[in-house]
Amino acid sequence: MLIQVENLTHVYAPGTPFERVALRQVNLQIAAGEQVGILGPTGSGKSTLAQHLAGLLKPTAGHVLLDGVPVHSAPRDHRLQVGIAFQYPEDQIFEQTVFREVAFGPRNLGLDEAEVTARVRWALEMTGLNSEVMSQRMPFTLSGGEMRRVALASILALRPRVLILDEPTAGQDPQSRRRLLERILTWQEETGLTLIIISHTLEDLGHTLERLVVLKGGQVVADGPTRHTLSDSALLNAVGLDMPEPVKLLQTLRQKGRKVRTDLVSAAEAATEIAHVWGLPPPPGPSPRRGGEEGRGA
Amino acid sequence: MSTDSRPFIEIKDLEYVYPLEGGEQIKALQGVNLAMERGEFVALIGPNGSGKSTLARHFNALLLPTSGTVRVDGLPTSDPRHLGAIRQKVGMVFQNPDNQIIATTLEEDVAFGPENLGIPPDEIRQRVEAALAAVDLLDYRLHPPQMLSGGQKQRAAIAGALAARSSCIVFDEPTSMLDPLGRRQVMDTIHQLNTAERLTILLITHSMSEATLAQRVLVMDAGRIVLDGSPAQVFSQVERLRGLGLDVPPVVEIAHRLRGWGMELPSSILTVEQMVEALC
Repeated sequence: MLIQVENLTHVYAPGTPFERVALRQVNLQIAAGEQVGILGPTGSGKSTLAQHLAGLLKPTAGHVLLDGVPVHSAPRDHRLQVGIAFQYPEDQIFEQTVFREVAFGPRNLGLDEAEVTARVRWALEMTGLNSEVMSQRMPFTLSGGEMRRVALASILALRPRVLILDEPTAGQDPQSRRRLLERILTWQEETGLTLIIISHTLEDLGHTLERLVVLKGGQVVADGPTRHTLSDSALLNAVGLDMPEPVKLLQTLRQKGRKVRTDLVSAAEAATEIAHVWGLPPPPGPSPRRGGEEGRGA
Repeated sequence: MSTDSRPFIEIKDLEYVYPLEGGEQIKALQGVNLAMERGEFVALIGPNGSGKSTLARHFNALLLPTSGTVRVDGLPTSDPRHLGAIRQKVGMVFQNPDNQIIATTLEEDVAFGPENLGIPPDEIRQRVEAALAAVDLLDYRLHPPQMLSGGQKQRAAIAGALAARSSCIVFDEPTSMLDPLGRRQVMDTIHQLNTAERLTILLITHSMSEATLAQRVLVMDAGRIVLDGSPAQVFSQVERLRGLGLDVPPVVEIAHRLRGWGMELPSSILTVEQMVEALC
């Protein structure tokens, strides 16, 4: 098992009036090459867990193991296998040009300049930025969404084995959001990267990830296939998360006696299901939308 | 100077250019024309880098036009004498509430604006109390703001604008960093302020579902307003929005796809309830 979280407890400011238990007895196993979403409302412990996975916090109790080695106390090279992009990534930008910003990490790894340049180009393109146009821009002339992508590119350029993204698509327009996730997922499939995405927006995670772990009050309250979790209205209500609109529509139709499946998360799947149950003949010519790519995030 | 006959926000031929090092320029706004009436609730959507935030920052003179004019309640933003009045009339709430919280208790934070306007202490107390009540945070008045949740912090920022008696609030992606509960709280508050207090609202959002709650939706692309209409009018342009890199709300997409299968559905469908009604 690549990542093993065993009885992890984290207490902030122990012994003070501000003492707060952020994680209680969390157990979690993530295999190499998995794609996992970690979902939960504000204050559920998501970001604390993410920082533990990257070895940035010391457990109050329990262990976080990467390849069997406690990641917090492991040597730097071991910890660098985990890349983490934070919730407000623009806070981490400090260089004068986009190129230098993204090159900072690879240069610190001691890579030669040709490799650094190649990685910067690749990383910028991965996040949907045109490397030709953007390289010499000053970060502070970028829009909020562009700055986020530069910050993400600077993590990708390190080519981590485990990539943790904390709210990666906040502030991105819908198509950039979808394309960013698709490129990362494609890269994940090609390289066997282990991908962990932290989010509270079901729209982002809905149909992209295989497995969802749901946190509430510092504890794991669900861990299983995404489709199953996102159509579990009792669970979503209990943790204060909204159900995806297509699921809500299908469940309402079912309550009204229509025999539709209720575990379809994307608009494309829901529309096809309704069309079948309503007995509509297939549309003439090619399907009304080009399915596939667009169906995924819609 | 202010007259009720003209729009509250009046923007004519607005251009804005960001200067870059080495003499390069980025034209962020290229001829924006817009009139917003008092009490209107307008959503502004558009792809990243289309000029949404640049336009919003002209509403209270954080940015001044390179050319063209912006008038707030009749006052041109380019005249420095009106700066104080304009900033009081138009409040701003940003994406990350931590960037605009400055005091050690919630009520002090909300009092900051009116204190700077030179309001007498008794009246400040009344305003702060009314503002916190309006966003449902009165119980938290003595809490340190940094201990509030994200949704509560955003509502605290809204209370700050209310205490300054702003009649218009510009929201720049106020829910992007919030969880569903926080989003609902903020959107309910915005809706309440618009209907009960007749506040003029500009809401920048990437959530198409949030945009459907406004009375009017503006779509920006490459520094221009390219669509302007009711949510039903704007979101019926599925292909056009796709072309701009935008989505439509999931229910609108489902309706659009079902029409492709030959189903007759009204073009006004925006919500799950409307869709269920049309189907059953």
